[in-house]
Amino acid sequence: MRTIMTGNQAVAHAVKLSRTEVIAAYPITPQTVIVEKLAEMVDSGELDAEFIRVESEHSALAAVYGSAVAGKRSFTATSSHGLLYMYEMVWWVANARVPLVMTIVTRTIGPPWNIHTDHTDLLTMRDAGWIIAMAENVQEAFDLTIQGFRISEEVSLPFTAGMDAFQLSHTSEVVDIPAQQTVDEFLPERKQSYVFGDEAFTVGCIGPNAYTAKLRKETFETLREAESVIEKASREYEELTGRECGLFEEYRLDDAEYAVVMMGAWSGDAKEAIDMLREEGVPIGLLKLRYVRPMPYRKIQRALDGKNVLVVDRDCSMGAGGVLGIEIKASVGDCTNVIAGIGGVDVGVEEFRSMFRAFVDNKLVSCPNWWL
Amino acid sequence: MEYSEPILLPGNPSCQGCPHGLGLKALGIGLDNPVIVIPAGCSTIIAGIHPKATINAPVLHVPFASAPAVASGIAAAFRREGKDRQVVVWMGDGGADIGFATISGAAVRNEDIIVIVSDNEAYMNTGIQSSGTTFWKAKTTTSPAGKKEERKDLAAIMLMHRIPYVATASVGYLPDFIDKLKRAKEVKGFRFIQLHSPCPPGWRFDSSKTVEMARMAVKCGAWILWEYDGEFRFSPASKPYKNKEKRKSLAEYMRAQGRFKGISDEEIAEIEKAIERQWKFLEAMEGL
Repeated sequence: MRTIMTGNQAVAHAVKLSRTEVIAAYPITPQTVIVEKLAEMVDSGELDAEFIRVESEHSALAAVYGSAVAGKRSFTATSSHGLLYMYEMVWWVANARVPLVMTIVTRTIGPPWNIHTDHTDLLTMRDAGWIIAMAENVQEAFDLTIQGFRISEEVSLPFTAGMDAFQLSHTSEVVDIPAQQTVDEFLPERKQSYVFGDEAFTVGCIGPNAYTAKLRKETFETLREAESVIEKASREYEELTGRECGLFEEYRLDDAEYAVVMMGAWSGDAKEAIDMLREEGVPIGLLKLRYVRPMPYRKIQRALDGKNVLVVDRDCSMGAGGVLGIEIKASVGDCTNVIAGIGGVDVGVEEFRSMFRAFVDNKLVSCPNWWL
Repeated sequence: MEYSEPILLPGNPSCQGCPHGLGLKALGIGLDNPVIVIPAGCSTIIAGIHPKATINAPVLHVPFASAPAVASGIAAAFRREGKDRQVVVWMGDGGADIGFATISGAAVRNEDIIVIVSDNEAYMNTGIQSSGTTFWKAKTTTSPAGKKEERKDLAAIMLMHRIPYVATASVGYLPDFIDKLKRAKEVKGFRFIQLHSPCPPGWRFDSSKTVEMARMAVKCGAWILWEYDGEFRFSPASKPYKNKEKRKSLAEYMRAQGRFKGISDEEIAEIEKAIERQWKFLEAMEGL
C-alpha cells in the first residue's frame, strides 16, 4: 500500500508489522513520535504487545534486554543523549548475544543543546557488537527495521537502524507499506540461541578470562559473517517487495573516476549534485553506505578500486577524523575526508556540487560549513 | 517448615558468616519457582564462577543499575506466555543506590516483581565503601572518620510509592522473612523487602556472630521489623521494642562492631535519639 508517512510513523508501522511483543521506551526528541505511536497502537489494541513506560533510556534497553532474553521480539528507540545514557546496556546486550532492534534517530550531542542531526551518536555504537545500518529515506527506515528483526535473530546480535533527525523522522514521504502477509512471509517466528526463564541456568556470571576472550572472538566472527546474512535477507526482501536494501548502494559508480562515500538522508542531495556534475561531463559517482557494521571492507575496496575517493562524514572522531573516513581509508588505503553538517548545519545540493567540483579540481579547502 | 530443593547449593564462594547466604536459602523456602535477577555486588560472586553455578534457579546477571528494569522486561515476557513465575531482583544496598531511579520507576509502574535489597549497610564487594544506608557514624573506607550523615530509610521511601507490599526483614529472624516472602508471593504488583544483613568483614565482628548481630540490631531498636500489605504493622519480633524501656543497649550493639571503634557515649546518645525519632515516625503509620 502506497501512503504518506514521516520516518517516525513508518518505523512504528514496521515494528507493528514485525509482530513485536514488547516495547520499552523513554521519550527524547526527535525519536519520541515512534514510541508515542506504538503506545497508541498498544492502547487501542491495534498492536498486541506490552508497552513498558520506563523512567530512563538505561532502563529502556534494560527492559527490552529482559523481554528479549526471555524470548520475546522486542524494540526500543532513542537518540543522542538517550543513547549515551543507555551506553552500558548497549554493550551488555551485544555481549549477551541477545537479538533485538533499536532505532536511533540521529541527533548531535551537546553542549550546546541542539536537537538536529549528525551521525556521531549512532557511531558511538560502532565497536559494541551491534549490526548498524543507516537509512537514506523514510522507505529505507521502514525496510531496514523489518529486515533488522530477521537479521538480528539469525545471528543473535542486536540490530540498530539510524535515520536523520527531522530530515527523515519528521518529514513526510511516500512509502510503500507491504501487507502483513508479505512481512510474515519474510520474517519467520522469533528464534534465538537461548531463552531465559525455564531452566535453572545462569546467564552472564563470572568466568575465567579465556572464556571472555572466546566469547568476544565468536561475536567478532559472527558479525563479520553477518555480511552474507544481510545480503540474503536483502535479496529475499527484494523478491517480495521489489526493493533492494543491501550493504551499500552504488550510484553512477561503475565508470566513475571520482567516488564520494557517505550515508544518511543527505545522500539524496549528493545524488542530485552528482547528476549535475555528470551533465557537466565529470565522471563522478556515489557509494552510499547502508551498513557500518559489519563494514564490508573487501566489497567496498572492489567498488572503489582505482577511483579518487572523497568521504563525507556527518560525524567526528575528535583528534582523528571522520569515522567513515577512517573506515574507508582502512578499505582503500587513501582518500580525502571532509567533515560536514555537524549539529544539523544544512549542506544541500548546491554545496555538494561545489564541494565535489572542488574535490575533482583538487581545490578542496575548509569553509564555514565543513572542514578537512 | 518444608524444604524442597535447596536454592543455594553448598560450596558457594561466600565469605564465612555471610548473611546473603542465609537470605538466599530463605528465599528458596519462601518462594516457588523464582527467577532471579542479580546486579553487580557480592551475590555476583556467591552465584558461582563459570562453569560452576551455585543457585539452583534461573539466574540472570545484569549491570549494576538495571536490575528492576530487566526484571520488568522478563515479567512482560512471562505475561505474554501466561507463565506464573516469581521474578525476583536480589540486590545489595549498592544496587539500590546506583539503581534508585530504576527501583523507583519499576515501583511507579507497579511491575509484577519482587525486589529484595539485602542491606549490609555499605558497598562490601568493592571493599567497604559508604552507602546511602550505612549506619550513622560507621567507619568505612570512604568515611574513615565515621559517616557524617544519617542513613536513609529505603523501605519507607518505597512505601511512599503506594505499592501493594513493603516489608523490612532480618537474617536474624529467618522464619519472619520466609513468612513475608510467602505473603508477598500472594500479592500481585510491586513488592519490596529490605533485608538487614550484618556483614562480618564489613562491620568487623567475628564471622560466627552474624545472626547474633542481626538480633542485637532488632533488640536495641536500631533495625525495626515491619510490614505493609494494605495496612502497616510492626512485626512480632520488633513489637516489644515500641516500648523504649524494653530496648536492649544500643552501646552494646555498636561496641560489638569494629566499624564504630572509638565512638563516644555522647555520639551513641545522639544516635539513640535518632532511633527514637524513627520509631515515632513508624508508629504514626500504624492504623493509617
